[in-house]
Amino acid sequence: MANFITIDRIRRSRDGSSGDAANDLPLYMAAGEQKQKQKGGGEGGGEGGDSEGGQKMAEKGEDLKEEMDNLLDEIDTVLEENAEEFVKNYVQRGGE
Amino acid sequence: MAIPTVMGTEIEFGIMVKNDPDFDPISSCVLIVNAYREDPDGEILWDYDQENPLADARGFQVEGEKYTPNQQENIARNKTLINGARYYVDHAHPEYASPEVTNARDLVIHEKAGERVIEISRREANQLLPPGAQMLIYKNNSDRKGNSYGCHENYLMDRRTSFKRIVEPLLPFFATRQIWCGAGKVGSENRNHPCNYQLSQRADFFETEVALDTMVKRPIVNTRDEPHADREKYRRLHVIVGDSNMSEYTIYLRNGVTALILSMIEDGAITKDLSLRDPVKAIREVSHDLTLAHELTMDDGTSRTALQIQQDFYEMMLAYASSRSLDPIQKDVIQKWGEVLEALARDPMELDTRIDWVMKKRLIESYMDRKDLLWDASQVQMLDLQYHDSRPDKGLYYLLERQGKAERIVTDEEIARAVYNPPRDTRAYFRGECLRRYPREVFGVNWDSISFGLGDDSVKRIMMAEPLKGTSEVVEELLDRSGTAAELLENMT
Repeated sequence: MANFITIDRIRRSRDGSSGDAANDLPLYMAAGEQKQKQKGGGEGGGEGGDSEGGQKMAEKGEDLKEEMDNLLDEIDTVLEENAEEFVKNYVQRGGE
Repeated sequence: MAIPTVMGTEIEFGIMVKNDPDFDPISSCVLIVNAYREDPDGEILWDYDQENPLADARGFQVEGEKYTPNQQENIARNKTLINGARYYVDHAHPEYASPEVTNARDLVIHEKAGERVIEISRREANQLLPPGAQMLIYKNNSDRKGNSYGCHENYLMDRRTSFKRIVEPLLPFFATRQIWCGAGKVGSENRNHPCNYQLSQRADFFETEVALDTMVKRPIVNTRDEPHADREKYRRLHVIVGDSNMSEYTIYLRNGVTALILSMIEDGAITKDLSLRDPVKAIREVSHDLTLAHELTMDDGTSRTALQIQQDFYEMMLAYASSRSLDPIQKDVIQKWGEVLEALARDPMELDTRIDWVMKKRLIESYMDRKDLLWDASQVQMLDLQYHDSRPDKGLYYLLERQGKAERIVTDEEIARAVYNPPRDTRAYFRGECLRRYPREVFGVNWDSISFGLGDDSVKRIMMAEPLKGTSEVVEELLDRSGTAAELLENMT
């Protein structure tokens, strides 16, 4: 049934309105929001007063490291398991 | 005077079904393309009448069989969308050909809309698979086992510019542009030197300079001469040398810079001969050289690096830009390209939020560091593949975007809108709007025509030989006062 719900949604968009792809794929939108949130947090950290350049650099380095740690943590949660078998099974016919 | 830019991309996607021992790529392609139904009862044909993929730009016709499917197969394999795109089965891949656009920004919007169409239909297709099975889609160009599928760019050009004049500068340009638009690949294939990582997905597969083929003995410059427009006035340059990029920034430059180079060729503004002694050898060497220091042999016996050759093109473009009025997007493309070339000269890793091959390299190396992995680890190959995964929650490019580590060119809202709306400033507008307004009456579509069945066994075909006519400015009012296709045809005559 889920199949037909989307078809209906696409058909309704025929009236010329912009459609609601955003609702189809809420994750894309969440992405934008999260990005903004992160950016706000990062700036706050960077404007932390009159600390010396060296300390600022160190803080920036810490921030970057933390960002990278977050990224790698998330990769761990989404990366396909059984990578060896997965990449072995990924076989395509030539195209074009 | 160069003709105005009209361009588009055709992307072939990799496809697999997890946990399905009976996986068949072709039936899976038919499944996913048909899972995207803007009009569940629509039976619109792709109009093969005007097609001629065997015409060669060097002025002859190649022998071979033209593909014309029967009507049922035609409908099952082809969807033309209300945003003006074509979504179809090409051999064993789902393929998305964007509508025609006039600038690099719209190109990004519509190529990204294609990623969403693929993802929407992938989800729908999954509902129809046996429990446990899952269809997965990848916007990349290789399975790392020697099989490649393409990302083709199309550019409208002035027929008066001879093909020879187009080919000469393009060979060195295409052999070296991958330093800023490669999508990055772990390892090598097609009997090339082993390597850990290289700039391009596709470079390993180019075996000749100029030819008509796209599937075997691939050429750096493809000669398909099928303008999908008035062939007395136009040619369509069919570029098969590029990678399927994920980064908006990289897509923007790939098409934006290339379109400007083509305008320069039309205007005779390529003043320096940058011919390489062996472009085919060069394209592979450049891809395998992560230091960007490798010296290529020029035709005159001197040596230049890929970056120097790109800088030469950039210098010529600056001179070109100073002698005419370019639009704001073209100016922005040139500025961003200049910044990227400067960063490449300092340290390519500065581009780890902008250029795909650098973004992917940074991501893989950080992960290798943390996990103490080597380049031949299967997780490293998985990272390479999953960078191109179409799922917004699993694809690693989308993860970078979500974490603010991918510079954007366009907005999510613009992309969402382009899923259901054609560009307004090319004939794609007329195509898309006819499909939206008169779905039951449209009989067949091709890039340069649309035909209507009017219920009395007659079919009327409207030709659209001018890609810049059929815009909203020209036809919106006509469409608004035509409630049916019959009225539209009446109002047009």
